[in-house]
Amino acid sequence: MAQSRHAVEKEQSTKITALVVDDNRINRTIHRRLLSNLGIENEVVGSGKEAVDAHCSGKKFDLILMDMEMPIMNGIEATRKLREMGNRSMIAGVSSRSMEEDIQEFIEAGLDDYQEKPLTMSKLISLIRKISLNG
Amino acid sequence: MDVVSQLQRQFIDYSASLHREGFVDDQFTQLQKLQDENSPDFVVEVASLFFEDCEKLINNMARALEQQQGVDFKQVDASVHQLKGSSSSIGAMRVKNVCINFRSFCEAQNREGCLRCLQQVTHEYSLLKSKLQTLFRLEQQLLAAGGSIK
Repeated sequence: MAQSRHAVEKEQSTKITALVVDDNRINRTIHRRLLSNLGIENEVVGSGKEAVDAHCSGKKFDLILMDMEMPIMNGIEATRKLREMGNRSMIAGVSSRSMEEDIQEFIEAGLDDYQEKPLTMSKLISLIRKISLNG
Repeated sequence: MDVVSQLQRQFIDYSASLHREGFVDDQFTQLQKLQDENSPDFVVEVASLFFEDCEKLINNMARALEQQQGVDFKQVDASVHQLKGSSSSIGAMRVKNVCINFRSFCEAQNREGCLRCLQQVTHEYSLLKSKLQTLFRLEQQLLAAGGSIK
């Protein structure tokens, strides 16, 4: 029986866990919905500091969707700190920033991928595929 | 044409007009695709969050621009940046485009330009809110008559 592309993706993603890091509640709501539609268990936090705290508390996620601009601790700083602490999640930067130097700094902080906002289902699927390929 | 078909036609035509007139872009369509039987009110929920955010941010911008002692353009820009982000996420194209201009005026520290943009963004937000509320009403009427939006 032919499976839709979505259904195949859902099958591959059901064992993946994700953390949404974004100070904007609309983005958190949308990103959670995208992840849930793919059957991905997910949690949300509102700042880079909360993402670091989640790591320190022992929580592990296969995928972290990291916004760039956030109060208290931004995505660049949070990514850097997480990598320094040995976090090996796939960290995907998700931002509306268009300045190349900002994006470059974000990538150099330790991102595995970067997607421009708004995050869509096809962008998320490309991230999931990377996780599946890397095992 | 039966009632359900009529309501369906109305919903589709109204939806198309929102796209044609630039009120919403493809991102709004993406949100509609995320709505299903597990989350039947998803678009209304996201829109409600957006309306709350808009009103709060527009008030913040107005207060900041009213300051006689000197406008903190960084503060105004921070609010505009947030509104641009939210409007982009929901697919509110006209609101987003005003925000893009608005940011240029913030960068130039041009108070008059900012005030004009504030007026425009308030106007575009009001229009969009009214249009989306009409769309959601049509959707409810269609669902109540036994139709579907898919």
